[in-house]
Amino acid sequence: MFKNNIITPLLLALTVTAHAETVFVTLEKDNALAVVDPIAGKLIKTVSIGQRPRGIAISPDNKFLYVATSDDNTIKIIAADTLKEVGKLPSGEDPETFALNPAGDMLYVSNEDDSLVTVIDIAKQKVIKQIKVGVEPEGITVSPDNRWLISASETTNMLHWIDAKTNAIVENTLVDPRPRAVSFTADSQQLWMTSEMAGTLMVIDVKTKQPIKTVSFNVTGVTADKIQPVGVVIDKERQRAYIALGPANRVAVVNAQTYEVENVLLVGSRVWNLAFSPDEKRLYTTNGVSNDMSIVDLESQTVTKSVGVGSYPWGVAVKP
Amino acid sequence: MCPIKLYIQLIIQFFIIVQVGSVNAAKTKQAVTIAYLTQERAALPVLSNLDPVIKDKGLLGAELAISDNNTTGQFTGQQFVLKKFIVPLDGSVLDVFNKAIADKFNYVVSLLPAEQMLGIADLPAAQKMILFDAATTDDALRNEQCRANILHILPSRAMRADALAQYMMKKRWTKWLLVVGTQPEDQLFAEAVKRSAKRFNMSLVAEKRWEHTYDARRTAQSDVAVFSQLDDDYDVLVVADEQGEFGEYLDYRTWLPRPVIGTQGLIATAWHRTHEQWGAVQIQNRFKEQAGRWMEEQDYAAYLAVRAIGEAAIRTQSNELKPVKAYLISEKFALQGYKGAPLSFRAWNGQLRQPVLLAAPRSLVAVAPIEGFLHPKTELDTLGYDQPEAHCQWSK
Repeated sequence: MFKNNIITPLLLALTVTAHAETVFVTLEKDNALAVVDPIAGKLIKTVSIGQRPRGIAISPDNKFLYVATSDDNTIKIIAADTLKEVGKLPSGEDPETFALNPAGDMLYVSNEDDSLVTVIDIAKQKVIKQIKVGVEPEGITVSPDNRWLISASETTNMLHWIDAKTNAIVENTLVDPRPRAVSFTADSQQLWMTSEMAGTLMVIDVKTKQPIKTVSFNVTGVTADKIQPVGVVIDKERQRAYIALGPANRVAVVNAQTYEVENVLLVGSRVWNLAFSPDEKRLYTTNGVSNDMSIVDLESQTVTKSVGVGSYPWGVAVKP
Repeated sequence: MCPIKLYIQLIIQFFIIVQVGSVNAAKTKQAVTIAYLTQERAALPVLSNLDPVIKDKGLLGAELAISDNNTTGQFTGQQFVLKKFIVPLDGSVLDVFNKAIADKFNYVVSLLPAEQMLGIADLPAAQKMILFDAATTDDALRNEQCRANILHILPSRAMRADALAQYMMKKRWTKWLLVVGTQPEDQLFAEAVKRSAKRFNMSLVAEKRWEHTYDARRTAQSDVAVFSQLDDDYDVLVVADEQGEFGEYLDYRTWLPRPVIGTQGLIATAWHRTHEQWGAVQIQNRFKEQAGRWMEEQDYAAYLAVRAIGEAAIRTQSNELKPVKAYLISEKFALQGYKGAPLSFRAWNGQLRQPVLLAAPRSLVAVAPIEGFLHPKTELDTLGYDQPEAHCQWSK
């Protein structure tokens, strides 16, 4: 008995480092970060991280995690291997969502209360610019070709197209009410956006900056006002996109060529943010109310496992 | 208040103006003008002087919404303008309406009591406008006295009572003692509570009227205990005292330890300072920064009214009554109200469908519709008069 107790965690630790990818989930209420082995489907550990952690991202070289600790008014830099804090970024007040540029040297933060986007040079740990946007900016992303920075303002119902070189707004697109998440296709040709209040997904052509398709969702047994899309991810080949439907507790599978809704998968309560595994064979979801993470096998399109992680799981990032 | 904040605000506004200049240089702006109509009221006597009397309830909400509308409007080439008409205590609302508002505005946000509101709505000039009622909770206005040119923003008494009843049902507080004040509004609230009791099959153990006397032998401490002693036991005391004349006396003073719910204790409201979910904390902060106080229910209602006009005008790219009204009552209309679900108007009586907050003074207890109360179309319609129950006919 005694021996086993010592050996099992050791073995587990060995397998983790040897094979599997690691999933990190911010826990808004626990002020902590959950570390999950998604292959074993197990919570490895929980680490204290700071007050009210929400947005999370990993650097392109997978060495650092960035975590917005909203109530500390900072974005923390965490070493991805030791999970120790190695720095702090001056994010402005109440950072929630943020985006990294493809090179991983610039970070863009939505400051909801001040209607600002803060541009941070990561190496210098310095604010370069604050860009005034519409009321309550939320969703934020950078195009893979590093041409556009997109900020979505929830109350203004607009996408702001910010030139990533000059950090100035070039155009604005009126979209469905309360835009939440924004995500580019890998070829930077399309921007996908979710509207929480209209319950829709909009696909926007980057050239014209106008919507080319609006997708609605129907889920049997769920009333329309429960369908509140939040997170959206699109696979590299642009075959399928996955959309978290919030309190509808489902992830929608959309054919990214025809824009048809192919499937809806039942996950945990108030599904919020999504992330692919590095090989895009699995999808990880954070479920804000049921305090767990769902693992979806994308080949069979089935939810294979639910992993309890802690209170109010919010953001998710994956380290190969 | 804070000079730095003000400075930032100014910069934002300057920036937006510059921005629009570049995007819509050739276009002239389309103006959407909104009248804000209210009358000063004498402060009513209340039991507790803890809360300061707020004279501008509503107005600051409308002003915040105008600036929110204009942020989007600047990008779409629309300018939203709020004109305020605050009629003095001894003035005539009708005169002000006829002289300054009739034939000049398509949209009026009203913070008038029911009777004055109807008086305005029935004028010929009012037939060419939409009145946004940001003050009344009367069920009659949403039923037999309904008017086709009024949209009601605040939840009706029936919606509030249903919200409370759903919560009590969930807690299995099925036996109620109803205590009613002497004001006519208290009677209306009591009617709504009785309707809900029937609707959710709750049992009304007794209904008692609270009389005000100046008898020196009656003190809250002794009186409430005696007053709340019944032959039959009850689970909860439901109070109907809208003005706040005695309701605060009841909690902790009942003969048996029983929770107080209704207009005091646990209340049902459209907005509350304890509400933080679904982005509410952002608007609470923005409002407080601008107003220097918490957002009241009427501020929230006026905010939503102006935002609804903004949303419809921006989506239809119009300032004209017909397309804007059609959009407002269409299924496409979805207003963000910081309460989780999109808000929209009930086509059968012009009531804004919305979640109702159940709040204690320092904690948000629940948000109705309570989970488990189902509806074929939207669970929001489990609150108040649903389509088959409503008896509003658009005769006027």
